[in-house]
Amino acid sequence: MSVPVLTAPRGIVLQPGARNARLRQRKLLAATGWAWCAGSLVLLGGAMLWILGMVVMRGIGALTPAVFTEVTQGTGGGLLNAIEGTAVISAGTVILAVPFGIAAGVYVSEYRWTQWARIIRFLSDVLVGVPSIVLGYFGYITMVEWLGWHFSVAAASITLAVLCLPYICRTTEMALREVPAELREAGFALGAGPARVTFSLIVRSGLPGMVTGVLLALAISVGETAPLLYTAGWSSYLWNGHLVRSPIGYLTYAIWAFINEPFASANALAYAAALLTTAFVLLISLASRLILLRRSD
Amino acid sequence: MKFRALMAMLGGSVPASMIAVLVFLGIYAWPAIDYNGVSFLGGMHWNLGNLYADPITVAGVDILPGASYGIFFLIVGTLLSTLIALLVAVPVGVGAAIFLAEAVPPRPRMWLSFLVELLAAIPSVVFGLWGYAVVVPLMAHHVFPAMADALGWIPGFGEPTGSGFGLLTAGLVLSLMIVPLITATLRDAIDSQPAAVREASSALGATRFETVWRVLLPGLRSVLIGSCVLATGRALGETMAVLMVSGNALNTLPQTIYAPVSTMAAFIASQLDSALQDPTGLAVRSLAEVALVLCIISIIVNAVARLILAGVDSRHRRA
Repeated sequence: MSVPVLTAPRGIVLQPGARNARLRQRKLLAATGWAWCAGSLVLLGGAMLWILGMVVMRGIGALTPAVFTEVTQGTGGGLLNAIEGTAVISAGTVILAVPFGIAAGVYVSEYRWTQWARIIRFLSDVLVGVPSIVLGYFGYITMVEWLGWHFSVAAASITLAVLCLPYICRTTEMALREVPAELREAGFALGAGPARVTFSLIVRSGLPGMVTGVLLALAISVGETAPLLYTAGWSSYLWNGHLVRSPIGYLTYAIWAFINEPFASANALAYAAALLTTAFVLLISLASRLILLRRSD
Repeated sequence: MKFRALMAMLGGSVPASMIAVLVFLGIYAWPAIDYNGVSFLGGMHWNLGNLYADPITVAGVDILPGASYGIFFLIVGTLLSTLIALLVAVPVGVGAAIFLAEAVPPRPRMWLSFLVELLAAIPSVVFGLWGYAVVVPLMAHHVFPAMADALGWIPGFGEPTGSGFGLLTAGLVLSLMIVPLITATLRDAIDSQPAAVREASSALGATRFETVWRVLLPGLRSVLIGSCVLATGRALGETMAVLMVSGNALNTLPQTIYAPVSTMAAFIASQLDSALQDPTGLAVRSLAEVALVLCIISIIVNAVARLILAGVDSRHRRA
């Protein structure tokens, strides 16, 4: 291969003065560029801290013991019903979404050459793009109306599980793909069946990545509002243990509904709910980041 | 049961969900699709009709007198708020990605990137709360009047500046929500560029910024476009934050950039209660048609983004 020889284009003779001017111009351009880049980062970090600061400052003041011990009464009281409701809905979502999502991820990774794996992966990517409010409306017309479940834990959890499925599928697939093929070959050579190889060898080494997927599902089910508006409803009472035909409260609804009320007590509940939700979601994000870091070390 | 068959069956829940969403929305919305026809997309008026009158029969469908379902104002509101979000998010997202990848040392880079990506983890309703309680008053009392003074000569930027709830506020809040998508994707892509390219560029006398701007970024054009389209999809379907800061205009097009708007997603969330008042059920079915339109638009936008990004992936693998 011949090395191209760099020569100055013919006809251009740079005067020393012009050269300096050109250099100054380039340096100015670079400085402007870096200022723009640094400014962008400062802007983003600043907005992040602004939002967090507002939630913490206004939330801490509103976080009284009654928030954790009392149920909502009109425009005051506590958030015990909403905290419990969010816990119940999220538990239901994770229990439903994890087995299906992980199975989908395992199939897409371990049988990636099959047509069915391609279909699952493609429709999983499509499902990620469906807005959450559309899934909520889907849950409303199918479960709340046609099946006659009314606003209920079942309708809410199933709707959120559909929302979480593609995320769990994708993180599981990514985690398992990184497991070297030699591990699978070694397992099969020792006479283990596909189930044994997958769950004793592959899943064990891909576990940290899969756990982050489950954590993501948990964060989504705690932080989402739109899909729950028409599936969970709202209730000021504690959960009565019924899966259908009984509405249930949740924290994000309290944020949305109570900030619009003209009463200081209701607004305080909204800020308390915002602090609880945000703190929980950020802790989950931090946890999954730490898991991924430990794996890469 | 064989392991593979079991995994295939459980994994089938993903395609089954996606197909069920489209099929059930389609079936449920069908009477409305059939009745509304094309005027649904172009019509200016969403009107439930006279709720106290007896339903009349038009073209074999029971409707309330005066009822009409048009969502043109929602389509305009959705597109404009997304456009504003992109106009802000793209330069900021690209700038932050360049700075994170090229100017920050590795240790702080990890935590700064994490801070930016945390923006994506904050629940939509918390963005809405921040917008409602902090941004809207700030815009109404200080920013919008100042903007109208300075930029009033541009059509759409003059008085009246309104209440702070509106198109520009919604666009700005949306832009913060989609920026992490652009920054995270682009930063990873800049990071993964081979050192040899940077060295070659430096050896030719380029400054560090020229290396990024003229050598690295042009090679990453597809990644940038792909991540922007992905961000567009996210902005189109965003519900709670928009619902809380957009002013939820009904049947009007925004005359200024400060004016209230509504988007398809926010409209679905805010209108079900009143649509349920319609005894013929056509309003609820028309709302399902809005959901179906939004779903299809989002799917198309998302598919385009995946195709662009997938093309990038396969080229990297071949190289």
